[in-house]
Amino acid sequence: MDTFAKEFHRRTRCDSAASRPQFTNCPTMIVMVGLPARGKTYISKKLTRYLNWIGVPTQVFNLGQYRREVVQTYKNYEFFRPDNEEAMKIRRSCATNALKDIANYFTKEQGQVAVFDATNTTRERRGVIISFAKERGYKVFFIESVCDDLEIIEENIMQVKLSSPDYENYDKEEALVDFLKRIDCYKLSYVPLDEEKDRHLSFIKIFNVGSRYLVNHVQDHIQSRIVYYLMNIHVTPRSIYLSRHGESELNLLGRIGGDSGLSSQGLKYAKALAEFIRGQSIKDLKVWSSHMKRTIQTAEALGVPYEQWKALNEIDAGVCEEMMYEEIQATHPEEFALRDQDKYRYRYPKGESYEDLVHRLEPVIMELERQENVLVICHQAVMRCLLAYFLDKSADDLPYLKCPLHTVLKLTPLAYGCKVESFYLNIQAVNTHRDRPPNVNIARKTEEALQTVPEHQ
Amino acid sequence: MNVTEDNTEQCGNSLTRELTQTPLKKIWVPSSTNGLPERHISQRKVCMTNCPTLIVTVGLPARGKTYISKKLTRYLNWIDVPTKEFNVGQYRRECVKIYKSFEFFRPDNEEGLKIRKQCALAALNDVRQFLTDEGGQVAVFDATNTTRERRETIIRFAEQNGFKVFFVESVCEDPDVIAENIVQVKLGSPDYTHCNTEEAVADFMKRIKCYENSYQPLDEELDRDLSFIKIIDVGRRYLVNRVQDHIQSRIVYYLMNIHITPRSIYLCRHGESDLNIKGRIGGDSGLSARGKEFAKALGQFIQSQNIRDLKVWTSQMKRTIQTAEALGVQYEQWKALNEIDAGVCEELMYEEIQQRYPLEFALRDQDKYRYRYPKGESYEDLVQRLEPVIMELERQENVLVICHQAVMRCLLAYFLDKTAEELPYLKCTLHTVLKLTPMAYGCKVESVCLNVDAVNTHRDRPSNVDVSRLPEEALLTVPDHH
Repeated sequence: MDTFAKEFHRRTRCDSAASRPQFTNCPTMIVMVGLPARGKTYISKKLTRYLNWIGVPTQVFNLGQYRREVVQTYKNYEFFRPDNEEAMKIRRSCATNALKDIANYFTKEQGQVAVFDATNTTRERRGVIISFAKERGYKVFFIESVCDDLEIIEENIMQVKLSSPDYENYDKEEALVDFLKRIDCYKLSYVPLDEEKDRHLSFIKIFNVGSRYLVNHVQDHIQSRIVYYLMNIHVTPRSIYLSRHGESELNLLGRIGGDSGLSSQGLKYAKALAEFIRGQSIKDLKVWSSHMKRTIQTAEALGVPYEQWKALNEIDAGVCEEMMYEEIQATHPEEFALRDQDKYRYRYPKGESYEDLVHRLEPVIMELERQENVLVICHQAVMRCLLAYFLDKSADDLPYLKCPLHTVLKLTPLAYGCKVESFYLNIQAVNTHRDRPPNVNIARKTEEALQTVPEHQ
Repeated sequence: MNVTEDNTEQCGNSLTRELTQTPLKKIWVPSSTNGLPERHISQRKVCMTNCPTLIVTVGLPARGKTYISKKLTRYLNWIDVPTKEFNVGQYRRECVKIYKSFEFFRPDNEEGLKIRKQCALAALNDVRQFLTDEGGQVAVFDATNTTRERRETIIRFAEQNGFKVFFVESVCEDPDVIAENIVQVKLGSPDYTHCNTEEAVADFMKRIKCYENSYQPLDEELDRDLSFIKIIDVGRRYLVNRVQDHIQSRIVYYLMNIHITPRSIYLCRHGESDLNIKGRIGGDSGLSARGKEFAKALGQFIQSQNIRDLKVWTSQMKRTIQTAEALGVQYEQWKALNEIDAGVCEELMYEEIQQRYPLEFALRDQDKYRYRYPKGESYEDLVQRLEPVIMELERQENVLVICHQAVMRCLLAYFLDKTAEELPYLKCTLHTVLKLTPMAYGCKVESVCLNVDAVNTHRDRPSNVDVSRLPEEALLTVPDHH
């Protein structure tokens, strides 16, 4: 078989062997618009995290950070007064530098999406950005956050502004007063996106944290996904609990995959989990499991209604299902080495890769964003993917995240990220975590390959 | 831990119920005392809300309300949300047998107004029946609903019955779009069978005028407590207000991805494969000699069609990729387009499945849509897997999808509005291309056989689907193979 020619041919005709085409040709600039404390940075970071997780290389460029690097110490709101010529010069030069870095990100670093996080409140500033993008063939999509609710604005300020480097030397009340004056500096010159005047632009206007949206001229797939994502996220306080099923019979034997039931320790964990959940007194908790016996048995012990998601099933190990690592090494040593070389992209023969898992889990993540308090009872590889989304872990880190049995992770959104609390429920279980061994070469010896295999029966 | 007689394990004070796997869908459920599966566990379905939803269209005539209603209904049914549309115009036609002229719609026509109100109420009554008694989840109330007063009536009706309401308004002032609408769907309406084109157009324009004066579009201030999407200029702009739940979010996403730009979708299977010839299912084999011939013929056919900006999609299985390669153009691979996973039955012949798993074979014939192969998938799983493909097909324009038998059946069922019962038996033969072109409210299908011989892989439902049937009865409909 002319495999080399075929492989070459295939590479030139089909750009990607990922699970799913990305449909992005031009780089896209997402441009935030809005007064301070309207959630622009929150949206920028969250959106960036989501896009990176689904495989679209994205980076945030926060203008405030550029400014802090130039003006080492922040004095007060006067810097932002519209008549402060000196400051205006600095701010304009920061914007220019940020745009330069964006161009660099696209051309030299294979970036796909750049999020330009700044107020961009004047038509003039937006005009500059649009010209910049047009010259280089980048698409532009604006995200404007409009909010008049004083309570929300003050809550924003409390959560993220008071702890900003700008206000290190201020006490709380002073900081609040200064920040409100800062917002006033922008108000006079603020020109919101207009459905008539800006009808040729592509944008979404978010009103009052999502009660209303105006969407104009969505150009392509990625913009459509971005709009869908933005329309599903919310800021209502809640917690997401992630846990694996209790220890299973196959876990005890050091075998991967399969559809076995819980071991006696696993059953103990299920009961401990029920007690733990009761102890947390969670409002309106939703419980999700996969379609596999071990997560369902675990959920059953909680004594509450739960939903089964096929999408939460463990990674399909194909021909390696139900094997021990020692057996995989014996029967498929090359596969075993390839997996260690790139655990994220490696696909088991007739099975799946972590990359495939992420695509399979995308609807789960979308629904988790819509929901409030949820307990997800799933599996090791699945939990790693979900955790990587919430904690913004790279594709390289993802497959090695520690998700031990009998441990519940409680994730609570906080400021721009996620607080993680880990609860080990004190029920013994085997360790199923296999670290990346030092030698990942195909020619390695058996002992080197099996060096990091955890103990089992 | 002791296993007690009623099949539960007791550990301390609490009970852990035994799990049993349902034979058809292979779902683990707790077994009740008689060993039969209980039904309290919910499967992740799209519509997890307990309330049914009433979708209410709003807009002047010829703004695409019926087009949207039908398309949305088709999509929701395909993703397994029981949905039905209720078109008030149809109720009116049943009541007023013969349509005379636009005068019926004049705002000062008391008699006309009375009849129209009655029709709306009759339709709402049927909506109630569908959502409350017939297991419906979503009802689409397709009418102009252009006055706040009419919409208030509907909202009260919904409140009384515990339905959620979501408005879909279409606003369009582009005369070209409106004229095209009228030509495509109004001229062929039963109302205008006795008119020539000019008369029909003139009458219809006057009909629109009758509504214009009393039209109160949804307003972002006055209607800020309602849940709605306003579609402006066929999707150029959208205003979305107060999306309440998952299903409304999915509806908004769908509506924002559809378009009406003319285009065609080409569906075909890979060329005949080596496993096809042997009568074996699944697997990842390459093309047979005839399959390769088909790939070449497909390349020629596509070139002859002179399709503008054609996108080509394949699965990640060898046979579809080999087929695409022969076209000599760029293509994209989707794992989601892979053939249905037959689990333990992969690469078996039907005869072997009958021999080794006669129970499974019979169950599959009993409910081919929901049946899941052990360690494999069901058609129902396939549909869920294909939803992102459908969404992207809606966004795209001209696309050729080279896929597999079960996958093609699912896609075809979406475009041609086939039920879950019909879907697994749709005829998708090898070496035949289906060209689907959206037309009026549906889809025109042209079938092009590229004249390269291939085995038949279609197995009809046999007459006897009983578990106790004889092997001959089970294998009655298996197509010929080597």
